[in-house]
Amino acid sequence: MIPEIGNFALMLALAAALVQSVLPMVGAAQRNVLWMQSAVTTALIQCGLLAVAFAALMRSFIVSDFTVVNVVANSHSLKPMIYKVAATWGSHEGSLLLWVLILAIFGAGVAVLGKNIPAELRARTLSVQAWISVGFLSFMIFTSNPFDRMFPAPLNGNDLNPLLQDIGLALHPPLLYLGYVGFSIVFSFAVAALIEGRVDPAWARWVRPWTLAAWVSLTGGIALGSWWAYYELGWGGWWFWDPVENVSFMPWLLGTALLHSAIVTEKRDTFKSWTILLAILTFSLSLLGTFIVRSGLLTSVHAFAVDPERGVYILGLLFVSIGGSLALYAWRAPQLEGGGLFTPISREAGLLINNLLLATATAAVLFGTLYPLFLEAVTGDKISVGPPFFNASFIPIMLPLVFMMGIGPFLSWKRADLPGVMSRLKFAIGLGLIAALWAWWMDTDGPVLAIIAMGVAGWLLVASAREWLSRIKAGEVPLAESLRRAKNLPRAAHGMTIAHMGVAVLILGMVGSSAWKTEQILFASPGTVVEIAGYEVRFDRVERVRGPNYVSDMGTLTAFRDGEQVAVLQPERRWYPVAEMQTTESAIRSTLAGDLYVTIGEPAADRASNEWTLRILFEPFVNFIWIGTVFLVIGGTFSLTDRRLRVGAPKSAARPPIQATPAE
Amino acid sequence: MKRALFALPVVLVLILGGFFLWGLNPDRDPNAIPSVLIDAQAPEFALDGIPGLDTPGLAKADLSGADNPLVVNVFASWCVPCRAEHAVLTRMAREENIHLLGINYKDKPEDAVRWLDELGNPYERIGADLTGRVGIEWGISGVPETFVIDANGIVVYRFVGPILSAEDVRDMQEAIALARSRSGAGGTS
Repeated sequence: MIPEIGNFALMLALAAALVQSVLPMVGAAQRNVLWMQSAVTTALIQCGLLAVAFAALMRSFIVSDFTVVNVVANSHSLKPMIYKVAATWGSHEGSLLLWVLILAIFGAGVAVLGKNIPAELRARTLSVQAWISVGFLSFMIFTSNPFDRMFPAPLNGNDLNPLLQDIGLALHPPLLYLGYVGFSIVFSFAVAALIEGRVDPAWARWVRPWTLAAWVSLTGGIALGSWWAYYELGWGGWWFWDPVENVSFMPWLLGTALLHSAIVTEKRDTFKSWTILLAILTFSLSLLGTFIVRSGLLTSVHAFAVDPERGVYILGLLFVSIGGSLALYAWRAPQLEGGGLFTPISREAGLLINNLLLATATAAVLFGTLYPLFLEAVTGDKISVGPPFFNASFIPIMLPLVFMMGIGPFLSWKRADLPGVMSRLKFAIGLGLIAALWAWWMDTDGPVLAIIAMGVAGWLLVASAREWLSRIKAGEVPLAESLRRAKNLPRAAHGMTIAHMGVAVLILGMVGSSAWKTEQILFASPGTVVEIAGYEVRFDRVERVRGPNYVSDMGTLTAFRDGEQVAVLQPERRWYPVAEMQTTESAIRSTLAGDLYVTIGEPAADRASNEWTLRILFEPFVNFIWIGTVFLVIGGTFSLTDRRLRVGAPKSAARPPIQATPAE
Repeated sequence: MKRALFALPVVLVLILGGFFLWGLNPDRDPNAIPSVLIDAQAPEFALDGIPGLDTPGLAKADLSGADNPLVVNVFASWCVPCRAEHAVLTRMAREENIHLLGINYKDKPEDAVRWLDELGNPYERIGADLTGRVGIEWGISGVPETFVIDANGIVVYRFVGPILSAEDVRDMQEAIALARSRSGAGGTS
């Protein structure tokens, strides 16, 4: 009964989305207030219905209802409850349902929170949002219905892929989708503006909080995913330039560019067509990601439903949405006149460079990801593009960007005084050099890029702090006055400082853990002692342990530092009989200076049976990666709470008389 | 002119879409990375032996004219699967009547020597590919990789990844048998 309710709710949601995709759009064209208003109601109804469908699916998983195909394929009665819940979005069908639910939540968000948006823009935006919804809902209902039944019902299910049975991964998709799909509303805003033929600073101001919200979620989602890869996959790495990772990273890069170019559109009434293009492309990359992950187009460690038929359907969706919006862009964008002029040295120019570098970096990642496909199509050769390409192309683009991040916030709008700025940044330059020299001294053999990166990270950290301090005039005025200034500073200013410092911290972690990692791989029997990065690690024993739905070989290692015991590490090698899969559970001792990371591999086949492959790593500074991303999330959230964004645009700018819409 | 610029994104996306449509062909398996070497001569190369080890080096000339099939295994001491595979290869070299040859890929000589001292050295010849240049010639996508070569120096089979399971061993044995039959029928060329 419950799955039928879910199925029914799904159909009704499609009906609501169909109404929402037509009526408000026509209403906006004919200035019919009632029809425009219908967008708010249908957006809420659609969201409610999808919530019901989602709840119905979740309930089927919780009670292990094996009459539902999706539950059989992805769950098992013995699985811990939290993973039964998480299995709701662990499969292609379920995650698609989550996708459309989030799409509808963002639509409902604009319906409820967007009271200060002009009625026409809101009606059009919600209508465009419903177009996307119609596309995905029909995709789901026709090719991947999560409520399909199975009769007779089997006694038990096939279990969820054990790699996915992890708290990091249980939370990762919802957060990632919030970001991915969150950019849909920005896309809808952009298409609505193109249809309306008008982009003004007020438009940018409405778009920015939604961009920020999506960006914050995407940042968190990506960070969680990389954390999962780091400790669950047992490879000791946190980023592999895998196609599936890249497709979430590209919208992030372009979304970051959008975040910055929207500021220029808001403050200076320029960069308009560029901001619109970024809004369209950012969501297009999210869609591309969905397509790549679900079509089996590229080879990847963790792609999920490999099914060309579904691929063709999504490709059709992509064609209509991306192709259509870009065609609309080609037609309408030339009429969007730019506003203020600026000199080559100004905040605008700084943000322009930021945007160009971010767009280039995105293009490099896109090219590397799709290159195997291009090559195969043209020459028939099959290759895979690995980290060397990305490191060689991506890092040299990002380093100047990070350098620019230190200067940008000091530049004033229109015309800035570069020598003056640089003289205020002498201290930061000095500290950056010291950081680079320190890195060089620590490891003279290290890669040159790593040493430069450390210098640039040090520079950014100090320059960002310096900018904040000079805003509150620390040291120039009495402390009480400085504190008062800090309190009165817009939240977005604090947010920027925190986020920029987060990038510096992030680089420290990324460079440290990849350039100065030490690793020992050995075949060892209990009693062996290994020395690594100042630790002595003793391999004590391996025991057979039974878990709820797996058996495991659990190793015990004791780590000593200067003769004192500091940690007991218990890495595991688990066997999940139902899914017939083996997983590696690493054991990690985390400190700020670095992680001691241990995994246990296969027992030695043809040799003495008590010998095991151990992998012991020391990853310097690796935790700064996640500390840095927490900074980014906090910084973004802080900006999001800026009063200016909550209030929206000032009424005077927001409400031109309805008849006065400029002629196209 | 300006209009053309604004139309550029949609044109690029359409081109990209064409590639995607092509890529969705259901007969296409993106995971299969075949070797261009199959049924072709092994590439020209000449490698010195590992410094500090008695085993001689390996060159193209060593790959033809042998009485039994050759197995060329690309390995490295830093590669964990190689370690796991080593015992299987040692046993195969002993039991299958083949010549096991090695290419030591991007390895420090002292590490390679220590590794072979520890696990035993089943290889008749080992070329030290310090720079990975020869690895590129062979078109390897990772270590370990193993090639079966018939008496005429023609590559018969390529195995990607470690040879571990009974199934892997069976695949290798079939390839070796094939190489043997071809050597018999083909004679010298």
